[in-house]
Amino acid sequence: MAMDRNFKQQLMAYMAGNFSCREVAALITDYLEGTFTLSQRLRFQMHMGLCMACRNYLRQMKYTVATLRQLPTEPVPPEVKKALMKRFQAWKHEQSSQSSSPDL
Amino acid sequence: MSLWSWPSNLFFVLGIPALQETIQLDEAGMVEALQRGDEAVFSAVMEAYSGSLLRLAMSFVPSRAVAEEVVQETWMGVLEGIGRFEGRSSFKTWLFRILTNRAKTRGTRERRYEPFGLPGSDSDGDDGPSLEDSLFVTEGSGKGHWADPPQGWEPDTPERALLGKECRLAIEQAIGGLPDNQRQVITLRDVEGVSAEEVCNILTISETNQRVLLHRARTKVRRVLDPYVRGEQS
Repeated sequence: MAMDRNFKQQLMAYMAGNFSCREVAALITDYLEGTFTLSQRLRFQMHMGLCMACRNYLRQMKYTVATLRQLPTEPVPPEVKKALMKRFQAWKHEQSSQSSSPDL
Repeated sequence: MSLWSWPSNLFFVLGIPALQETIQLDEAGMVEALQRGDEAVFSAVMEAYSGSLLRLAMSFVPSRAVAEEVVQETWMGVLEGIGRFEGRSSFKTWLFRILTNRAKTRGTRERRYEPFGLPGSDSDGDDGPSLEDSLFVTEGSGKGHWADPPQGWEPDTPERALLGKECRLAIEQAIGGLPDNQRQVITLRDVEGVSAEEVCNILTISETNQRVLLHRARTKVRRVLDPYVRGEQS
């Protein structure tokens, strides 16, 4: 059940040292990257326990990262692949002639 | 020796449709095959990584044509250097580092790339707040609270969301519209899943700078994703 917003604001105003929503939003990457001190983590989690909007925002950021991770890459264009394989064959030829040349 | 995490922790599976077979190699086996000039393995590795390399190259240089050239130069760099590759970093990190060095050279020549943290310049050309002021109440008793509290997304899995072509394009465009440094960091860290430490290493930036750039980039991409996940746009 959503907590009454005014009540939440009043409650959080009484909790000295707690983060505001704005601070939470600004620090969310630091939290996700695991760089918080123990004190920061406690303050962050205390805020999260009380604030559904910030919990939603955290979930959205996690989902954004997960979506980025699934972004497909485009296949190599056939002409680029062909050019690269040609260069690979030239390189291989050069390698084999270099390794056999000392005996000549 | 660390093994590639994609697509499984144990094996890198090289699918080669032309040969109608699948080669299973761990990273050491793959590097060894490249060192002895195995054409099938080179072909598969090149296919597996060129898309990622192209995406990263686009963040350094002004055009796709130049980015494609940088990718080709990177593979040449791989062939030149594979004999000396000792596995001190993962192959993927090594690959991205070669690309970054070549792309920076090309980008500078094309007058696009500017190194991080030049004296007198912004760290990322984007000194504004990472979140718009309008998102938060700026005065009165509600100061610092959401003006329009984020709603719960009830999303499909990321894979399903990305099946929507418009959503995928919107994300690609959002990444493409970021300042270069943010684009490079989010591409490596989130799209490619490179560790924070390795991103700093590849781009030669500090951990703090990396996090600031990543945060700004993620915040912008989240905002673009929002209407698609809420079903306001298909």
